[in-house]
Amino acid sequence: MSTSKLVDMRTAIAAHVHDGDTVAIEGFTHCISFAAGHEIIRQRRRNLTLARMTPDLVYDQMVAAGCAKKLIFSWLGNPGVGSLHAIRRRTEPAALAPGESLLEIEEYSHHGMVGRYVAGAHRLPFYPLRSYSESDLPKVNPLIRTVQSPFGGEEVYAVPPLNPDVTIIHAQRADAEGNVQMWGLLGCQKEAAFAAKHVIAVVEEIVPTSVIRADPNRTIAPGLIVSAVVCEPFGAHPSYVQGSYDRDNAFYREWDTISRDAAATEAWLQEWVYGVKDRAAYVAKFGGDYFKGLTPTSAPSGSVDYGDYR
Amino acid sequence: MSAQRPASKSELMVVASAHALTGKRVCFVGVGLPNIAVNLAKRTVAPEMELVYEAGVFGANPARLPLSIGDPTIVTGSTATVSMHDLFGLYLQGGRIDVGFLGGAQIDRFGNLNTTVIGDYAAPKTRLPGSGGACEIAINAKEILVIMRQSTRSFVKELDFRTSPGNLGGAVAAAKTRAAQGWGGSGPSGVITDLGVYGFDDDGEMALRSLHPGATLDQVRASIGWEIRIPQSFPATPTPTDEELRLIREELDPTGAYVS
Repeated sequence: MSTSKLVDMRTAIAAHVHDGDTVAIEGFTHCISFAAGHEIIRQRRRNLTLARMTPDLVYDQMVAAGCAKKLIFSWLGNPGVGSLHAIRRRTEPAALAPGESLLEIEEYSHHGMVGRYVAGAHRLPFYPLRSYSESDLPKVNPLIRTVQSPFGGEEVYAVPPLNPDVTIIHAQRADAEGNVQMWGLLGCQKEAAFAAKHVIAVVEEIVPTSVIRADPNRTIAPGLIVSAVVCEPFGAHPSYVQGSYDRDNAFYREWDTISRDAAATEAWLQEWVYGVKDRAAYVAKFGGDYFKGLTPTSAPSGSVDYGDYR
Repeated sequence: MSAQRPASKSELMVVASAHALTGKRVCFVGVGLPNIAVNLAKRTVAPEMELVYEAGVFGANPARLPLSIGDPTIVTGSTATVSMHDLFGLYLQGGRIDVGFLGGAQIDRFGNLNTTVIGDYAAPKTRLPGSGGACEIAINAKEILVIMRQSTRSFVKELDFRTSPGNLGGAVAAAKTRAAQGWGGSGPSGVITDLGVYGFDDDGEMALRSLHPGATLDQVRASIGWEIRIPQSFPATPTPTDEELRLIREELDPTGAYVS
């Protein structure tokens, strides 16, 4: 009746991420699939268009590794720390290395980026919003345009749909059919997933379908839209998973130092991405005690009663 | 209780910002100094305040100082954790936010802000983070408070890029634009710096409202790239109380990561 979509990361990326694709690894600070980003680097994908509200370290690393030709985003920084230096080296002409070219840039605001996924997911030609009025953003992004309301003629801005070839989301748990449950900051995981042609769901834990069905309000993506499920404990590190492990703020700070220097960045990629065969090896390289230090104490939700209506 | 040592410039900014939040109900919080200011206000002048984080939290109750805007501590114990679509659509554009905090690399005399680039957009000298939620906060929050340190590099005659609109070219034009384009807010109401507190005159231009203890008018003039309006008389910014400094130093930023 049901088919398992459970595969390892190597298989999922090989099957669903191709050179030239538009890829969205989403997750707002929370649940960012670094495991998928690193596997894309290892498989040496090229000319990707990388979409994300906040490119974060994962896209800084992918840009440094030469995977990207274009970025679509709304906030380009190392949250709480500063700049994404590898990306800056590809956006500021004075910092460009010989033989490198500038990245193509397409930028929005947060609401605009969310709206692009919503329009894509809803199969609508645009998403209207009140942002961008009297901002210079529409002058530098011709895809931010005005639209007139058919009900009274009011003019608002609009952004076009975004339909990634593949969206990769991380979450707490899923069943083998790809029914995904998440709690904590939801970001735009649901909208980006529904907008995509293919979805790779990466989770901390595979659970029986009965666990999913016992708490259906927590499902953000049904197996219907998910192409592959990957079980990857600590797969979001150095970002975090609510209730499982904390954000590795020390690494976010350390990346600021590493990424300022192109050679140090390359050395880091060699050691922590190319030099490990998968996420399990990456986790083992840190050692178990390291992740114990990132484990929060417990704060369980109360349970709710859905009722039995047989 | 022993007296606290005098306030640092950052602590003056935090306390002045907290005072500006007196009696406010719903505040859109940024990381860093705004975050400490809002948490101080909640413990002093605005106990009913709801903290909203753009990462998708309404009614946050952070147990530690979050480094990033999306720290897990803003989720645990919050009133509501919502998608970004809900946060920006229902809460912000829907008109539920009283005050939003913004900062930037550049501000002009009308409170317009640049967080996008220094230099030309296509070939920038410095690529900055961009809008994030700033552009929509500027338009939709009922009022805007800006926290920035003063320097002639940041308080400029002309922005290199206008990411987030303030009073545009003046209050009259700005009011017309806000009405015509359905903005939910009335723009910037205050700018809090390391030297003083500024408001906006009826014509929409920034003017000094109070000078921080220890700061001088010469310092103020030397760190603003246009001739700043200084009224005939103005008060000193109230000196932080021992209790305010204690809350900052012992509870809100015990390691001094932001305010030392």
